[in-house]
Amino acid sequence: MDLRRVIVTEEASKIIEMLKKEHGDLVFNQSGGCCDGTAPMCYEKGDFYVPSRNVKLGELCDCEFFIDKDQFEYFRHSQIIVDVKKEDAAFGNSFSVEIDHGYQFISKSRIFTDEEYLELKKSDS
Amino acid sequence: MAYTKPKFKEQYENFIGGEWIPPASAEYFDNISPVDGEVLTRIPRSNEADVDAAVAAGVLAFESFKNTSIVERSTLLNKIADAIEANLEQLAIAETLDNGKAIRETLAADVPLVVDHFRYFASVIRAETGTVADLDGDTVSQEVYEPLGVVAQIIPWNFPLLMAAWKIAPAIAAGNCVVLKPASATPMAILIMMEEIQAVLPKGVINIINGAGGKIGKHLATHPDIKKVGFTGETTTGQLIMQYATENIIPSTLELGGKSPNIFMESIMDKDDEFFDKAIEGLVLFAFNSGEVCTCPSRALIQESIYEPFMARVLERVKAISQENPLDPATKMGAQASKNQKEKILEYIKIGKEEGAECLIGGAEYKNETFPNGNYIQPTIFKGHNKMRIFQEEIFGPVLAVTTFKDEAEALEIANDTIYGLGSGVWSRDAHQLHNFSRKIQAGRVWVNCYHLYPSHASFGGYKKSGIGRETHMMMLNSYRHTKNILTSYNKNALGFF
Repeated sequence: MDLRRVIVTEEASKIIEMLKKEHGDLVFNQSGGCCDGTAPMCYEKGDFYVPSRNVKLGELCDCEFFIDKDQFEYFRHSQIIVDVKKEDAAFGNSFSVEIDHGYQFISKSRIFTDEEYLELKKSDS
Repeated sequence: MAYTKPKFKEQYENFIGGEWIPPASAEYFDNISPVDGEVLTRIPRSNEADVDAAVAAGVLAFESFKNTSIVERSTLLNKIADAIEANLEQLAIAETLDNGKAIRETLAADVPLVVDHFRYFASVIRAETGTVADLDGDTVSQEVYEPLGVVAQIIPWNFPLLMAAWKIAPAIAAGNCVVLKPASATPMAILIMMEEIQAVLPKGVINIINGAGGKIGKHLATHPDIKKVGFTGETTTGQLIMQYATENIIPSTLELGGKSPNIFMESIMDKDDEFFDKAIEGLVLFAFNSGEVCTCPSRALIQESIYEPFMARVLERVKAISQENPLDPATKMGAQASKNQKEKILEYIKIGKEEGAECLIGGAEYKNETFPNGNYIQPTIFKGHNKMRIFQEEIFGPVLAVTTFKDEAEALEIANDTIYGLGSGVWSRDAHQLHNFSRKIQAGRVWVNCYHLYPSHASFGGYKKSGIGRETHMMMLNSYRHTKNILTSYNKNALGFF
């Protein structure tokens, strides 16, 4: 049973480690809305002011991962899997730091099983 | 007969100060067509030096452009409109190949709306005046308008030409100069448009820089010579733009998407007439622009008493959506704008199935035999409930989430149960219901017995997390200018304080 709300693929973790070497500590915030929404945005720590009521979903390679508190309501039963694409698949139009290195992080999802979700609810409360 | 794919230039440059300037990095990237997966052209990969050059060109141009008369600016906007109209077909083909949308949409909607947008702002600035008030017998207050300066505009990839027009037209109508960054996936048609209008355009009034968001986006948004930022895109970048705007204390306007409810009351089926036919089309408009529209009517709420017969008729209409070749005017739905976007949509289709939604039609990619390397998805309808992620998140593809309601109260509760508030639609034969219900929806645009109309003369923008500010309509001018108050006393006597 893997109850982590956000996990990372091996390929994406390699890119995160590479970015950390150049940019220092990073922070992730799950985006929503139009165009490149539903993707995780990655910034140098301190460059993006994480809204104080955002919910921390977990950590990727020691970087905190947040989501908007209202958006979280619809992600409660999902595990986010952060993966990465090369730029030939598409350029992101965001300001996320990996974009300039020719990559784009994406969020895939797995819906928790009923059993897992019951366990998670216990730890949420 | 399908249009043939023209040969485009092998490489484009940035458009700065009226000249085509190679990027400081001397680097380019391939611009890939989502129609067939082939490279269309190469686009500059800009860096901070290019941003600085573009802003400097804007600052220089503003010195004279701010003093142009309203007549001169109106004439300029009309000349831009004429040049675009004269090349309508060429631009429509370029837009279809760059973005993937069907040619019948670019010919009939995108490019004509671009032309109209410039003409609309050419007209309204001629008719508009400031205000004067006699505050008392010898004190006169004048409200006059002045442009902000150089403004930054960062636009999305779903309507590249139209979003450029929505941002550029009011900005230059108000007397500003522009630095525009097209979305890196869809810059080509905008660059072709600049070639068409460059002869009528004063140098430096519109500057275009290309490349991915990252560093140049930040450098542009925080540049001390930028006096306003307009952005269309996703929510986190919207928040970041607002944060950057605090650095120089400048305004920003944001358009960040939606999850628009399209609500069908039972009276639509009182007759099987032309209005009912219109309502069926109104629902199927979720597939317009391959679903890549901020206001996509991506949630259909149908009164339960008519659900079965209405949906039967809807599914017939969805089955008739032809896809194959976006350059064929008979094709009803084109490609998704990128491979990544296609994969994101397929991911949501998977989530919908895992969440237990019932797939009524579609639910997979479209195997395109003509263009096996293009990005195609079948129009898809899921039935489920409003707490599911496919009902709450913007998929930005031809994926509709349908649910039913018992009465008006339930319809309203579902309609407003979303973090967004951009578009919405209400369909009914009951005039009282139409009015009362429309007023209760929390969204910047309510289409009543219609959907997906975008006249220049009607305001557009969001409530809630769909953003801040309005686009289109002459009220837009005020978000691109200062109001100066000139308060004049005609009284020769001192106040008497000192």
